[in-house]
Amino acid sequence: MGEAIVVTSGKGGVGKTTTTANIGTALALTGKKVCLVDTDIGLRNLDVVMGLENRIIYDLVDVIEGNCRLQQALIKDKRFDCLYLLPAAQTKDKSAVEPDQMKILVDELKQDYDYILIDCPAGIEQGYKNAVAGADQAIVVTTPEISSVRDADRIIGLLEKEENVASPKLVINRIRSHMMKNGESMDVEEIVSILAIDLLGIVVDDDDVIKSSNNGEPVALDPKCKASIAYRNISRRINGETVPLMSLEDQSSVFKKVKKFLGIRG
Amino acid sequence: MTSKQRKAQHVIIKGTKDGLTFLLDDHCSLDALKNELKEKLSERPDTSSGAQGPVKVKLDIGHRYLDSVQVEDFKNLFSEEMNVIIEEIASDVLTKVEAEEMKRNNQITRIVKMVRSGQVLDLKGDLLLIGDVNPGATVKATGNIYILGRLRGVAHAGYEGNDSAIICASNMTPSQLRISSIIRRPPEHAEEDEEKQEDMECAYVNEDKEMILDKLQKLSNIRPNLSMKLE
Repeated sequence: MGEAIVVTSGKGGVGKTTTTANIGTALALTGKKVCLVDTDIGLRNLDVVMGLENRIIYDLVDVIEGNCRLQQALIKDKRFDCLYLLPAAQTKDKSAVEPDQMKILVDELKQDYDYILIDCPAGIEQGYKNAVAGADQAIVVTTPEISSVRDADRIIGLLEKEENVASPKLVINRIRSHMMKNGESMDVEEIVSILAIDLLGIVVDDDDVIKSSNNGEPVALDPKCKASIAYRNISRRINGETVPLMSLEDQSSVFKKVKKFLGIRG
Repeated sequence: MTSKQRKAQHVIIKGTKDGLTFLLDDHCSLDALKNELKEKLSERPDTSSGAQGPVKVKLDIGHRYLDSVQVEDFKNLFSEEMNVIIEEIASDVLTKVEAEEMKRNNQITRIVKMVRSGQVLDLKGDLLLIGDVNPGATVKATGNIYILGRLRGVAHAGYEGNDSAIICASNMTPSQLRISSIIRRPPEHAEEDEEKQEDMECAYVNEDKEMILDKLQKLSNIRPNLSMKLE
């Protein structure tokens, strides 16, 4: 029996889809059986980021409406045998699916996969409700911007009301280390103090993320990129490993950061 | 026997410095009470032409409960005969609803949670919140608000018009404070006086209807009645 994790943020454009694609890829790298589900009906992107757009025959709405079997709609990844994608429909809208139907679908997927990653649309309406319906866990993505943190706070409040979802975990995306160091943007500690949930990982802002997304190759496949390492660390933490938080500064102060993360002062 | 009963006093009128007090018997029927009251009122000299203005009247109805229709009846009875203002109707009994309402308004509700953006905590009486109030969140209470945590959102104490309500927080960096109908925003350029202390503060409304922020420790002077009496 697998675990369904919804990736959400409230605000749009903070990197939900990128995070879903990369955590999924990183989990698949560790040999886990992973299924990505795109619930952003009408504005599907996950297939594009994964480079699987041209393989789509059936989609989520087809499965729900009974036009095809679940197995027919699942697309196997080009790179991994253990990674699958259930794409969203592009021609319908969010009202084509009900939360109860999503729950049944996700429960069915949980039989066959270790992890089901659900990519949630922006907003807190129908699409969000559908995405959360079948989830057991939640990852909230935010950037170090005040508007994004505010929306993350709102979404955490809503997630806490969901009885089936465990307390959400935080991913801080698009960190610009120089701005954080100069105090020009909120720092990790400040964000965690406002949102008061466990930090799952931090991902630095990296041109390679955009570049590889455009090529349909998740950045997590590149072992040299800093963002890629961040996503791999996140996937290891999801697997239950203890991995120290990545340093935002240069090598010399890694030790200091780790100490800070562990709460040792001085 | 029957005539004697009729003569029994159901209505006793007392004159005090602040006006008249009508002691109304709570063992007779309401009609008997009304009749006697009518009789007594009509016996009185006409005061409506007097220059003193309306007479202030207090009704003491003992262990009798009057609903709103009956209260209106009594008011009409008085206004027909005299130029009066019924200031207060004192009763020794309460309905269950009123008693529960009263209890709610006087109790401290203890809540342990983070109040997040978009959430509103609204309650009667005092609020003791153990947790933060995040930006975009609102906490409201008809009484005082005590926050063991950071207040970064909006807090509204005494929102049914209680000016003497206070707001306390371990860390006071609100986006807005409201007490009764008085609103206070933090200054626009908060960055400039970084020295300003924000820990362990309370907000209250002074005699000039201005909201003041001060140290928690000053509260014993500002609101001496806030403290419960120890046995």
